[in-house]
Amino acid sequence: MKRRRFIKSVAPAGVMLPSFVQGMGFKAFDTGHTFLNQVLLPTGDNDRVLVIVQLNGGNDGLNTVIPIDNYSKYINARKNIFIDESKILKLRGHERVGLHPAMTGMQQLFNEDKLHIVQSVGYAQPNFSHFRATDIWMSASDSKQVLNSGWLGRFLDEAYPGFPAGYPNVNMPDPLAIQIGSVASLTLQGPIQPMGMSISNPSSFYNLVNNIESPAPNTLAGMELSFIRETSRQTQKFSEVIKAANAKVIVQNPYPTGNTLADQLKIVARLIKGGLKTKIYMVNYGGFDTHANQVESGNNGSGTHARLLGNVSSAIKAFMDDLVYLGVDDRVLGMTFSEFGRRILSNASRGTDHGAAAPPFVFGTRVQGGISGSNPVIPTNVGVGDNIPFQYDFRSVYASILSNWLCVDDRMLNTVLLKNFQNLPLTKLGTCSVLKPVGDPENLLVVYPNPFHKSIVIQFKTIGGHTLLQVLDGAGRLVKIVYDKEVAEGTYRIDFDGGHLPPGIYYVRLQNQIIQQVKSILKV
Amino acid sequence: MENVRPLQWAPSLQAYTGQWDDSTARHLLRRTHFGVKLAELKTVKELGLTATLDILLDDQLAQPSPPIKEYNSTNAALPDVLISAGQTWVNDPTADGTINSLRRASFKKWWVGQMLNQQISLREKMTLFWHNHFATESVDIGNAQFLFKHHSLLRKNALGNFKNLVKEITTDPAMLVYLNGQNNNKTAPDENFAREIQELFVIGKGKGAGFNEADVKAAARVLTGWRNNAAEIKSFFDPNRHDVNDKQFSEFYKSKKIVGKTGADAGSNELDELISMLFETDEVALYLCRRIYVWFIHYQITPEIEEAIIVPLAQVFRQNNYEIKPVLRLLLGSQHFFDVMNRGCQIKSPVDMLIGMLRETEVKFPADSQFTIQYGLWNQLVNYLTNMQQNIGDPPDVSGWKAYYQEPGYYKFWINTDTLPKRIQYLDTLVAVGYTFGGFKMVVDGPSWIKLFQNPSDPNSLVEALCVHLLGVDISASHKAQLKTDFLLAGQTQDYYWTDAWELFLGTPSNMANTKHVSTAITNLIKYLVDLPEYQLC
Repeated sequence: MKRRRFIKSVAPAGVMLPSFVQGMGFKAFDTGHTFLNQVLLPTGDNDRVLVIVQLNGGNDGLNTVIPIDNYSKYINARKNIFIDESKILKLRGHERVGLHPAMTGMQQLFNEDKLHIVQSVGYAQPNFSHFRATDIWMSASDSKQVLNSGWLGRFLDEAYPGFPAGYPNVNMPDPLAIQIGSVASLTLQGPIQPMGMSISNPSSFYNLVNNIESPAPNTLAGMELSFIRETSRQTQKFSEVIKAANAKVIVQNPYPTGNTLADQLKIVARLIKGGLKTKIYMVNYGGFDTHANQVESGNNGSGTHARLLGNVSSAIKAFMDDLVYLGVDDRVLGMTFSEFGRRILSNASRGTDHGAAAPPFVFGTRVQGGISGSNPVIPTNVGVGDNIPFQYDFRSVYASILSNWLCVDDRMLNTVLLKNFQNLPLTKLGTCSVLKPVGDPENLLVVYPNPFHKSIVIQFKTIGGHTLLQVLDGAGRLVKIVYDKEVAEGTYRIDFDGGHLPPGIYYVRLQNQIIQQVKSILKV
Repeated sequence: MENVRPLQWAPSLQAYTGQWDDSTARHLLRRTHFGVKLAELKTVKELGLTATLDILLDDQLAQPSPPIKEYNSTNAALPDVLISAGQTWVNDPTADGTINSLRRASFKKWWVGQMLNQQISLREKMTLFWHNHFATESVDIGNAQFLFKHHSLLRKNALGNFKNLVKEITTDPAMLVYLNGQNNNKTAPDENFAREIQELFVIGKGKGAGFNEADVKAAARVLTGWRNNAAEIKSFFDPNRHDVNDKQFSEFYKSKKIVGKTGADAGSNELDELISMLFETDEVALYLCRRIYVWFIHYQITPEIEEAIIVPLAQVFRQNNYEIKPVLRLLLGSQHFFDVMNRGCQIKSPVDMLIGMLRETEVKFPADSQFTIQYGLWNQLVNYLTNMQQNIGDPPDVSGWKAYYQEPGYYKFWINTDTLPKRIQYLDTLVAVGYTFGGFKMVVDGPSWIKLFQNPSDPNSLVEALCVHLLGVDISASHKAQLKTDFLLAGQTQDYYWTDAWELFLGTPSNMANTKHVSTAITNLIKYLVDLPEYQLC
C-alpha cells in the first residue's frame, strides 16, 4: 500500500523562469553576478507552499467585509462604528459586498482574481475565550473536543513519517514548517513533538556546541532534557540551510515599513525563493481584540481597526507582488484566520466584544477568485448577545486547502481532520490533477480500518531489536502498550481491540531503535 | 507525552521528614527563588525545613523602595520637572505619553532589580506568579502610575488572601483600563473583565467549571459603573453608570440572583456579593491549587495527583478562607514536593534562567547611588528577557505565558529553535564577555566566585561542586572526568597541575600569565556548564 505523499509537478523546473527576465534589461538591476544568480535560481520542484497568517485577538469580520445589501441594518447595529457607505471599497462583479476602506491592496488582489473571501466561517457552539477558540482553530477540533495536536502538525506527521528521526534527508533537506517569531504554535504541534521550527532572524543563528551527552534519566527531568537536546540538534541541523537560502536572495520587491506583518512575509518570500522545500510558513499579527476605540471618534474610517486592516492588506499585497517578482507566486497559497469574529452589536466604548463567525481570506496566484457564501444576516433588533452564525465550518477551508492545494488524498485527509468536510472551490481547477507522487521514506506502520469501531490491525516493519508499539489517546496519554519485545527483522501484524475506548482521535506509535513513527486513528 | 512515572509512585501531602541535606535545601530554594546563592544554601541548610518555611512565608518583610527617576525627560512635551533625578515618580500623576513610556520602562528595570536583590523569601516568585495569573500588559495600561499601583497590589498580597486580592484587582485602576472595566456601563456592558474573572482568574476551565455565557453577561452588569481618576491615581464608582436591574446567574452558581442596588455603595455591595458567589464554588480552590502546582512542581497533573494532592490542598485552601500561606506551607513541605521524581523537571523560565545565573554566580552590580548605571544594566536584562519571550510587565495576553497553561508542552514553550540559541548566547555573553554600561561591566568573575566553594584547589571537587550547584540534572562521572581534563588540566593527567596553578593564583595574583590561565580555564568551564541542556532545568 503506497500512499500519495510527496507531490511534484510533471513540468520541469526550467519552464518556470520568471517572465520579467525577458521583459527587463539586466543592466537596470545588475549589481554584479549576485542578482543574475538570484534570477537563475531554480524555482524548486514546484512543491506547494502554504502560508498561514494568524490575526490574533479576534478580527471584526463585519467591519472587514461589509454587507452592502444589509446596509441599513448594519448601521443600526453599529451606530458608533459603522463604515460610511461611500468609503466602502467595491469588489469587481459584486455589488452586495465591499471591503473596509483601508484594504486597497486586498481590493486590488480581489479584482485580479487573486483573492477568495469565504463568508461567515466558524463552527457549531462557538467558544468566546481567546485561548480556547485559538486552540479550536489550530487543532481543528469540535467546540467541546480537546486535541493537543495541530491540524498542520498532523498533516506533516502523516506526510513525513518518523520526523525528526531520519531528517533531514534527500526528500526533505529543510525544516518541514517554519514559524516566523519566537513562539511555537499549536497549529504545528504533531501528535508527539513540534513539527515546525521557530526563527526570528534567518541570517543569524547562535552557534550551539555539540556536547557530550550523559544518558537522560527515565524521569520527568529526563523527558524535559531529551526535548531540549532534540531542539538543540534540530537548530544545528537546519540553521545552515536557512542561512544559505536567506543569503541567496539579494533583491526583493519593496515592502511597507513599520509593518511587522510585512517584515515577516518578506522573510517568507526570501526563504521560498532561496530554495527551501519547507511546506508551511506561519506568521502572525496581533491587536485585533478591539473592545474599545476600534474606530476614531468622529471618523469611523480610521482608528485602531483601520490601521490593523491597512497593515494586513498592504503586507499581503506587497508579499504577492514580491512573489511574482521572484517568480515563485505559482507555488504559494496563503490564508488568514482569527480565533473569532466579533459581536454584531457594537458596545458603548466604540468597540466590539468577542463574537463568532468571520470571513478569512485565501490569496495567491492560483486562487479561484471570488466569494463563497452570502452576506451575514443582521437582525432588525440586534441584541447584545447576537452573533453571526457560521455558513462554513472552518475545517472545510482546511480540507479544501489540504486536498486541492497540498494534494492530500482522501484517506489521509480523514486522518488529519478526523472527519469529512465540504470541499470549497478555493483554488483553480486542476491544481492537483497534473501531479504525480514521488518517492518517500518508507512507511513502517500501517493501521486499518481507519476510522475504526472495534478492532484494528496494526502492521509494522522492524529492523530488529527492541520494538515497542503503544496506543496513545488524543491528549498523548498512554492507553496501552500493544507490543514490547526483542524481535528479528521483519514485518509483523497484531490486532488491537479498541471497543472499550471512547470515540475520538488516538495515535499508534512505533518505536524501533532510533526510528519512531506515529499514525493517527479515529475511533467512531 | 506518555507518563513516565513508575506505577508504584504514590503522591502524598504528608510532611517531608526525610534527610535535610544540600540537595533537599537546594531543591526548595531553586523552586522558590530565581537561582540559589551558596550563602543562602548554607543558611537554609542550618535552619532546617520548618524554620526555612517560616522565613519563606514571612509576609512582614519590608516593602522595597519604589522605582525612581533615572531617565531623561527633557524631550517630553510636559517634562516632569518637579521630580528630581533619583526621586520616585510613582505618586506623581502625568498625562504625558513620553513620560509614561519612560516610567513604564523604569518600572520594568526596577522589577528586575528586585528579583536580583531578592532575600530568602517567596515574595519575588509569588509576585511573578500573580503577574502571570492576573496577566496585564503595560503597553495597554499606558498610565505608569496605575501600572506601579497594580504591581504593588500583587507584591503586597503575594502571600496574602486570594479572595481579597481578587476583590481588589476588580477595581484596580490598571485592570479597569486593561480589561475595559472603565468603559463598562449600563447602556452597553463590556464583558471583557466579567469573562476573564471567571475563565482565567477564579474559576478556570477545568472539568468542574460550569459557568455559561449568561453568567458572563450577568457579571458584566454587576460590574458596571467603575471608572478611573488619573489625577488621583485611583478608581471610583459612578452610580449613574451602574445597571440597577437584578442579575440572575446559572445553576452553576446555585441560581444566585444579585438584586440590583442603587446609590454610592451599590458597586462595592454588588461586587461583594459577586465575589462571595464565585468563591462558594468548589472549583475556585481546585483551580488555583492546580495553578500553584504547575508553578512550583510540574505540569503533569495525573488523576492520582489530582486526588492525592490537588483535592486535599484545595480543601485546606477553603478551610483557611483562601489564605495562600497554609497552602504553600503544606505543598512546599510535603513528601511529594521533595520526591526525587519531581526534582530537576522544570524547564527554567527566562527569568529563572537569567536572574538565576546572575545570582548563583554572584555577579556584582553598582550601588544604589550610581542609579543611572544600575538601571541601565537592569534594562539590558529586561531586553534579554524580552528576546527570550518573557517580557515582564507585558505577557503575550490576558492568559499569561503559555508555559503555564498550554497543553501538551507547557514549559516546553520556552524552548524552541529560536529561543534556545538566544539563551545560550546571552549566558555566554555574561560569562565570557560581559555587558558594559556607563563604564561598569556586568560579567561573571569566575575566579572570585569559585573562591566561595569548599575546596577549589582540588579539580575533582571543583568540577563536582560546580555541576551540583549549576545543573538541574547530574551528568555522568566520565563526563565530569573529561571536563576536568579538558578545562582544568589543559589535557594533562595529573591533578596537581590545576592545584599548583590555583595556589599560585591565590598567592601571587600579580603573575599575569598564570592568573590569565586560571581565569580562562574557569570561565570556559562555567561557560561549558551553562551551555549544557542540563543547565536549562531546575
